[in-house]
Amino acid sequence: MHLSTAYQQKDVNTLIDYNTKKKKKIFTSIKQNIFLYLLVLPGVLYFLLFKIIPMWGVLISFQNYSPYTGLMHSEWVGLQNFKELFANSDFVLIFRNTMAISLLNLVFYFPVPIILSLMLNEVTNRRFKNTIQSIVYLPHFLSWVIITGLTFVLFSQSNGLINNLLVSMGFEKYNFLTNPKVFWPILTFQAIWKDAGWGTIIYLAALSGIDVQQYESARMDGASKIQQMWHITLPGLRNVIITLLILRIGHIMDVGFEQVFLMQNSAVSQVSDVFETYVYRVGVQNGRFSYSTAVGVFKSAIGLILVIVTNNIAKKCGEEGVY
Amino acid sequence: MKNGKFESALGTINIVLLCTISLVTLIPLYYVLALSFTDPTEYLVKGGQLLFPDKLSLASYKYLLSTATFKNATFVSIGISLIGTLVSLAVTSTLAYGLSRKRLLGRKIMLRIILFTLLFNPGIIPNYILVKDLHLINNYAALILPVLTSGWYVILMKSFFDNIPPELEEAAMLEGCTDITVFTKIVLPLSLASIAAFGLFYAVSYWNSFFNAVLYINDPKKWTLQVLLRNMIIDSSTSTAGGAVSMESAETPPAETLKMAAVILATIPILIVYPFLQKHFDKGVMLGSVKG
Repeated sequence: MHLSTAYQQKDVNTLIDYNTKKKKKIFTSIKQNIFLYLLVLPGVLYFLLFKIIPMWGVLISFQNYSPYTGLMHSEWVGLQNFKELFANSDFVLIFRNTMAISLLNLVFYFPVPIILSLMLNEVTNRRFKNTIQSIVYLPHFLSWVIITGLTFVLFSQSNGLINNLLVSMGFEKYNFLTNPKVFWPILTFQAIWKDAGWGTIIYLAALSGIDVQQYESARMDGASKIQQMWHITLPGLRNVIITLLILRIGHIMDVGFEQVFLMQNSAVSQVSDVFETYVYRVGVQNGRFSYSTAVGVFKSAIGLILVIVTNNIAKKCGEEGVY
Repeated sequence: MKNGKFESALGTINIVLLCTISLVTLIPLYYVLALSFTDPTEYLVKGGQLLFPDKLSLASYKYLLSTATFKNATFVSIGISLIGTLVSLAVTSTLAYGLSRKRLLGRKIMLRIILFTLLFNPGIIPNYILVKDLHLINNYAALILPVLTSGWYVILMKSFFDNIPPELEEAAMLEGCTDITVFTKIVLPLSLASIAAFGLFYAVSYWNSFFNAVLYINDPKKWTLQVLLRNMIIDSSTSTAGGAVSMESAETPPAETLKMAAVILATIPILIVYPFLQKHFDKGVMLGSVKG
């Protein structure tokens, strides 16, 4: 009896000693590196204030929030806002629009940078390659406001360039901009025009990492260009493609907000309302804070789940995940 | 031999396709340029068929640059871009450097948190409420502070700083330098390429930012150039480029040429900065994200 209590006492003492020693270590470490901590202070404050604190805003979606009562004192309503969202016929609409735009993007936009980078890779003349690259990278740096302006002036029904060309070829003028049927494809074209060139950067970097010797030995074995591409180039790109595919799927709910916001008009509202434009309209313009926050939270939560799931799937297939 | 001919044909097709793609990229921009230099009277007559205007005219540009609204918006955009870029670079680089030093306690947690903020965003409303509660609505700071630091850039810059040999730091510390001096006098000069690259990216992002201005700014005198541009573009009136730019009438050029001149003016800073951006594309800035 006496022995065991003696041992217990010793253990407790050791534990207390260990904790105080640890605290002392932390204090001295901070003191020694105080300037380093000062250096990172602004950045840490930024993330705390503008990234972490808004996350608490998620709670607003469970409340009946009013700016007057604030976060602490607004009435708690649980899942009511979410129930309202799912029961709302608008929800089906915005979900469909978001998915449609994203999927069109995935199917038509995603392969383009890959193909383009393969094409660029085949070019032997360095100057030509660099010139083409300079040209196709440029649209990435233009704002969506500018791109919308370009779209309007090109596709305008009254005197746009495209319609004038159609007329001169004997066709009739076509309504591009206020026509729900072509709204989604136009968004996809815009995305391709803007970012396909820029998207080649990562693939070109990966392509430059493929061992040149593989091509040499393949050529000596009599492989044609196409065979080389299939057996050497594409496998070399596999990792990058899968990683980017994961990211893309994880962001499937993130339809480019500025793009849609700028291209929207009343004629295409049925096909153009997506999650974030809905949140803006209902939340900021109509002031329904709680409800719109619920919409936003739903969207972000799905996105997060998707990224985690696709990341795990990729890891199981032997690829490196995103994190 | 047959193989050779087929392959060189493929090569030619490749080049032709690439040229076509480049043309498709450039034509819209050229069209806008052509329209912006079109003489107003010629435009009224010919409408939008001009790829090669007969008479070049600076009327649209002269008009735009004479309006207070346009000049205001330009100054606002330039100011936000300059100040925003400087502050963003300062905060990003200091944070990235600190996170690259292994002796920083809580380093791993901080990196995890930053990564998390990249994957989950509570949405427009919580951010809006925060800005409102900070009394920054209609304040220029609302265009800079909420987007001050990009998590991606922090992570990329940190990868860059990870490669700086610790011997440099140790030697300096032995001489009595503090971390801050090490950062400013040794690390920064070594990282100018990386800083320049991210600086340019930040600058372009501030220049192009549109939605934040729409969300947080109500006073037309505080409009950024992008907001003004959007109001001009959406306004479909044919007499002036809308009340968006000015209340004058009679002598103003047709709406379309004004809009195009505005688009070109808003694009010029990007074009100026573009050659400098190009130099950094192939460097470790991007490779860091692939490998890191």
